[in-house]
Amino acid sequence: MSIVQESIPVKIKVKKNKTAYYLILPGIGWLVLFFLVPFFTLLATSLQKPAGTTPDDGYLPALRFSNYSSALSEYYPQFFRSFVFSGIATVVCLLLAYPIAYYMATKATKYRNLMLVLIVAPFFASYLLRTNAWKTILSGDSFVVSILNSLNLLPDGRILNTPIAVIAGLVYTFLPFMILPLYASLEKIDIRLIEAAGDLYASPRQSFLNVVWPLSLPGVVSGTLLTFIPASGDYINAELLGSINDKMIGNVIQSQFIDLRNYPTASALSFTFMALILVLVYLYISRAGTDELV
Amino acid sequence: MTTNRPKVEDLHLVNLTKSFDDFKAVDNLTLTIPAGSFFALLGPSGCGKTTTLRMVAGLEEPTSGQIKLGSEDITSFPPYKRWVNTVFQSYALFPHLSIYENVAFGLRRQKSADIDKQVKAMLELVELTTLAQRKPQQLSGGQQQRVAVARALINEPDVLLLDEPLGALDLKLRRQMQLELKRIQIEVGITFVHVTHDQEEAMTMADTVAVMNEGRIEQMGAPLTIYEKPRTAFVANFLGQSNLFEGTVAGVEGDELAVKVKDTVIYVPLNSTEIRSGRIVLGVRPEKVKIVDQGKTGLPKNQIQGSIHNTAFVGVSTQYEVLSSWGQEISAFEQNVDPSDLGRPGQLVTLAWEPRHSFVLDPDEDLTAGLDTTWDE
Ligand SMILES: Nc1ncnc2c1ncn2[C@@H]1O[C@H](COP(=O)(O)OP(=O)(O)OP(=O)(O)O)[C@@H](O)[C@H]1O
Ligand SMILES: [Mg+2]
Repeated sequence: MSIVQESIPVKIKVKKNKTAYYLILPGIGWLVLFFLVPFFTLLATSLQKPAGTTPDDGYLPALRFSNYSSALSEYYPQFFRSFVFSGIATVVCLLLAYPIAYYMATKATKYRNLMLVLIVAPFFASYLLRTNAWKTILSGDSFVVSILNSLNLLPDGRILNTPIAVIAGLVYTFLPFMILPLYASLEKIDIRLIEAAGDLYASPRQSFLNVVWPLSLPGVVSGTLLTFIPASGDYINAELLGSINDKMIGNVIQSQFIDLRNYPTASALSFTFMALILVLVYLYISRAGTDELV
Repeated sequence: MTTNRPKVEDLHLVNLTKSFDDFKAVDNLTLTIPAGSFFALLGPSGCGKTTTLRMVAGLEEPTSGQIKLGSEDITSFPPYKRWVNTVFQSYALFPHLSIYENVAFGLRRQKSADIDKQVKAMLELVELTTLAQRKPQQLSGGQQQRVAVARALINEPDVLLLDEPLGALDLKLRRQMQLELKRIQIEVGITFVHVTHDQEEAMTMADTVAVMNEGRIEQMGAPLTIYEKPRTAFVANFLGQSNLFEGTVAGVEGDELAVKVKDTVIYVPLNSTEIRSGRIVLGVRPEKVKIVDQGKTGLPKNQIQGSIHNTAFVGVSTQYEVLSSWGQEISAFEQNVDPSDLGRPGQLVTLAWEPRHSFVLDPDEDLTAGLDTTWDE
């Protein structure tokens, strides 16, 4: 004999807790005010047409899509150069940052905190000042250039006002953005996994390729994004360290906006740049296979 | 598996020592583990079990001494060149790889042939075939543990090292896994070195148990021998409970040695010790001791008079604490076959056991060793 227990539907009135929604309101307000509003203003500006013949005459609302085609056809070399320079800088950053981050995460137990401080220390000095300092370091009569010259390593006999200087500046500026996420993900790797790999016949090289590298991929992805995106939009390094032939898209936008007051072209360039970055990042992340990233 | 490998070899540890600064975690360890045996390394926390295993695996460098597989000295080999695999206490499964790839890891590094076939067979053996494509974090503790075993075992090492692999499991799963590990070991015939601080686990699984204490092996032997005839107070107290008595030899009577303990004479078989005079320490397990009302006859030869101090009913048995006439507390366990009325504190009783159930410890033993953690030198 069994007693069949009737399931009695119990209605419990759950009082929805709205606190969480209230808490995100300031953030949403901030985004609306300082992101969405400028976003649409910029979009509108990028389609305006000139009211007269000079910038002083101002611009009128319009749907002038030719702003885009002419901006792109005129400045595609700068777009291309931006992505090449920042792409190279990102790769160099990764190559430099990985050993540093690996060392900090695994070996440097004693000096780890000191190294972290040293890595963020440059941020205490102004960006402009730092880049200007590089100008001195790379200038013709500096010891760096004389040493490299005496070794016959510089084809032009100089560094300043070459693409090398711009890329070196970018690497210097964004290296911490690569080191920190890499360090964060390497530090999380359980040392026992590396021991286990060794126990299972993996040489140190195989352990790295099969265990350490895949487990550090989240750090690699976020580090490269944090480096590549701001580096491709950067204009200070190209401005101060490069020649007229090393201008990046940031320089074009800056001069269109500030010097020429050609607001529609500057806005169209900004929008195009934003769209290109989004496409590149999307392609990159889908290639890297984010769901493989633990 | 590589075909040109020699047969499974005995593992020899020769004068193996590991010091951390001036602390000796493993102290001049010498032992031989025969090929194909199930060897348990048993000891309290911090006695150097993990350090010993890590040295065999090549993850820790010995301060001195040698590790040999057969006649080959592997002391200086890096881990990936030793025919030794470890089942880590924490499992250390690769979180980014599927169960299948975790198990295949060792074979891939060795570029073996037939990897797929071997992995499938191994997953079959540990009953994980259906979970092959999952990631480790999607498995239960017991399943992860089986992956850890499979991942090590598939390489058919000469020696499989297991560092408290069952520590994290609940009692029921633990018993189940103990049987399973034993079954697998018999099936594959590889030497298992199993580290544990659970004495029951060591005794149910192993052919040979080595009891380790403060970096040294106290005693080594078959579980039954080591339990029935412990040679040191540490082993007697660490493996179950013991009643230990200190006395002086009174003489030889037939094939027994008479030992005077306070006002009582206790007999032990002559063949259980070399000692024929002077101080001697002997003992008996509580479950060997009968407890009866005083004045009964037909009892075993060794008898101690006393009074009940304490009783504890634990279901299958009752544990008695009896105060001897000289004030020593002696334990006796009785099966609960017929509930008895024994148990009033103060009741006078006789404790009795057969001489052959007595064991003799090495001389100069500290009788409290192994009772609780010793923290002084
Ligand atoms: N890297 C190290 N540095 C210093 N001391 C260590 C180190 N590793 C282990 N020890 C010490 O060596 C002793 C033995 O450690 P080990 O890990 O071998 O113990 P164990 O027998 O495995 O203990 P448990 O059962 O708790 O795992 C301990 O006292 C420990 O503190
Ligand atoms: Mg341990």
